Amino acid sequence: MTEENKPNQPEEKKPETGVPGETPKPVSEAPKPAAPAAPKPAVAKPAAPVKEITRRSFISWLAVGWIAFAAGTGGAVMSFVRYLFPNVLFEPPTSFKAGYPDDFLVGRVDERYKNKFGVWIVRNTEGFYALSTVCTHLGCIPNWQPAEKKYKCPCHGSGFYKDGINFEGPAPRPLERFKITLADDGQIQIDKSQTYLFEKGQWSDPDSFLKA
Amino acid sequence: MSVEGFKHLIDSFFSSPSTVFIGSVVGFGLFFAFVRFFTRPLVAGILTAITVGFLAFAVTDKNFFIIVTKPDNVPIVGMLFLLGFFTWLAFRKAVINDLRTEKGEPIIERSEKEEKVFSWPDLVYPEMICMIGLTVLLLVWSILLKAPLEEPANPAAAPNPSKAPWYFLGLQEMLVYFDPWIAGVVLPGLIIFGLMAIPYIDNNPKGNGYYTFKERKFAIITFSFGFIILWIVLIIFGTFLRGPNWNFFGPFEYWDPYKVESLVNVNLSEFVYIKWLGTGLPKFWLTREFLGIILVLAYFAITPLLLAKTVLKKMYLSLGLFRFNIMVFLLLTMMTMPIKMVLRWAFNLKYIIAIPEYFFNI
Repeated sequence: MTEENKPNQPEEKKPETGVPGETPKPVSEAPKPAAPAAPKPAVAKPAAPVKEITRRSFISWLAVGWIAFAAGTGGAVMSFVRYLFPNVLFEPPTSFKAGYPDDFLVGRVDERYKNKFGVWIVRNTEGFYALSTVCTHLGCIPNWQPAEKKYKCPCHGSGFYKDGINFEGPAPRPLERFKITLADDGQIQIDKSQTYLFEKGQWSDPDSFLKA
Repeated sequence: MSVEGFKHLIDSFFSSPSTVFIGSVVGFGLFFAFVRFFTRPLVAGILTAITVGFLAFAVTDKNFFIIVTKPDNVPIVGMLFLLGFFTWLAFRKAVINDLRTEKGEPIIERSEKEEKVFSWPDLVYPEMICMIGLTVLLLVWSILLKAPLEEPANPAAAPNPSKAPWYFLGLQEMLVYFDPWIAGVVLPGLIIFGLMAIPYIDNNPKGNGYYTFKERKFAIITFSFGFIILWIVLIIFGTFLRGPNWNFFGPFEYWDPYKVESLVNVNLSEFVYIKWLGTGLPKFWLTREFLGIILVLAYFAITPLLLAKTVLKKMYLSLGLFRFNIMVFLLLTMMTMPIKMVLRWAFNLKYIIAIPEYFFNI
């Protein structure tokens, strides 16, 4: 008895949910049980005096459903893409004034802007240059080691000379330099949006080096 | 010999990655050459006793103690012992099976299969007891070893040393010898691809459902080399021997962040054009890296031919051209790691091909 009752339950329910005839899904399933169990639809018919769903209207409802689905998904994707571009970015400006040339000692690697802007300002006997504090191997932040006169990366052991040239470890190219100029008020102006790469011969560019 | 002298001896062996790596490769080779000797319970017991004894002596040293008892590292020490035990167990069973087949006796698994038990209660009870035991272990572990929380992250300062999670330390060690693009993307991808390809490459039906070493020597040695030497040993490197600035430290050495190491590295092109020819580097990258490109291409193109003609002739015949080439390509890729490491230690060679203009270095 229980085995016979079980298939009855879904068949009796389906025509009821199919009555509104607006959602395509129950309709698509309704014709299927009709085929194997012939007498059943006759029982259910008095409860469904609505017009029959033809193949044509079913397909048009299906198209509406798919369009709605695509629109909903597309909207969700768009809102996610929008989320990748925040209204406000709490990042320090890429261009900043680093103080007067006399603030820097000759032969010293100045670390005062390392934390805030990611820049080492180095002064040698001829002038100034601004080095990026990002290792060219995998982007860790190296440490300046005054005793050994090198920048040493804690992640994979890359080492750079004071001028940024890579000499040990896996780093494939020297540290990048930023644009360094003298502002109108006599302060050093550093623009991080403009980088100069040694391997492309850009360190000879006048803006990559500030003569004292 | 005094205690300090002994420690110095250990440190001088362990203080360079080349000695430790080559030492472990020699140990690996010895184990497989004398696998029947090393899997004897008495020999394995003596080796374990020596290891435990050394560990007990070593923790009396302050620097060793600091590293080994770090909350992150305690489970790693435990896992090393587990690894040793299960490796031993598998090879022990394999050796016994090989001896039995030599004598014409049935293997262990065949005699075990005769006996059948009920899953309830014979399986479910031990499982429940294991579950309770593991819960107790995790509770005790979480109470005794504190989670290593540190100060808030600062994007402008990297901790020194900066270490990957322990299971990725092999990859981090790989990054010391290769370009990030190769060591971070290509090689890990090929590891996964290669592991997935094993069932399609391997056409040896033996060893299915039972332990054996003799019938699958090539497969077992190759896999063990990749797993034990190129993964586990490198995790040991990264966990216990790599200190500040990613310098290599002996187990009893103080992790001095100002340790002076000269590790000046030179590209192959610089060897060729500056040291040997004395002409200076050519401007155009193709002429500059000509020799390196030829070497790498030859390594991947000519070695399979040589192997198919000589050492792996049988395998070539049984696998066929296509599968053999994939297998040898994966094998050669795996061997680039030890080759590159040895070249770095022996000649300070940085990159065989170095084209920073196009972010391509090998």
